[in-house]
Amino acid sequence: MTTAEKYVTAAYCAVFAMLLLYVVIIALKLTRLEREVDELAERTEAGPVEEPRERTLVG
Amino acid sequence: MTAALVLVFFVAPNDANQGFSQRIFYFHVSIAFTAYACFAGGAWKALVHLWKRDPLADLESYVAVHQGLIFGSLVLITGSIWAKISWGHWWLWSEDQLVLFLVLFLFYAAYFMLRFSVDPGPQRANLSAVYALFGVVLIPVSFLAIRIAKGFIHPVVFTRHGPNFGGWILVAYCVAQAAMLVLAYALYRVELAGKRLDERLRGLREVLA
Repeated sequence: MTTAEKYVTAAYCAVFAMLLLYVVIIALKLTRLEREVDELAERTEAGPVEEPRERTLVG
Repeated sequence: MTAALVLVFFVAPNDANQGFSQRIFYFHVSIAFTAYACFAGGAWKALVHLWKRDPLADLESYVAVHQGLIFGSLVLITGSIWAKISWGHWWLWSEDQLVLFLVLFLFYAAYFMLRFSVDPGPQRANLSAVYALFGVVLIPVSFLAIRIAKGFIHPVVFTRHGPNFGGWILVAYCVAQAAMLVLAYALYRVELAGKRLDERLRGLREVLA
């Protein structure tokens, strides 16, 4: 492998490594968002949490 | 992208002057034009935001500038590698094209510093939009730098009479350029979808809290 070939390979590898890193970061972010959507859906399906009623003295 | 790589490495001939190292050009130039397109797109969306006060346009502008910065860093990396082979230096401060692209890159890098130093809201969106719009002036300056520069060390591939190459080199370049633009647009859509989802989730959480 000549020096020029090594540099050209390095340039293309750098491009793909950076794009891959970007895609991985976006994928991780989307996974986190999906998890948060699931959590919110579970909370919504469970319904509103009832607040305890205040005790009033009768008589 | 696969077709572009096949054309670059197996079909396009070696350049008569630069030999094998010229193959960096196919991705370097196409990434550079993609970065310009992203910055221009960001400026256009910024203009739309200032015109119509559309919050979505602000988000689109932000994502486009972010894409431009990613592709811009790739231009600097591939350009430096090519410079090392051809000129024997990773960087030459005497080259107007290089320095102006770095200025453009740093200008848009500062966009994020500005954006995240202001609290979210209309003021941040307006400031970001104005800044993104100003940066677009640097794009033609950066592009024309090698044509107005006195020392022609950086190769000029696009002249007034068209590209300085033909045949399979032109075909390989066009395919690489198209692939890069499509890739950038796909990444833009994915990132934008993520950002919009993030904003909606934040709104929902506030309602539920």
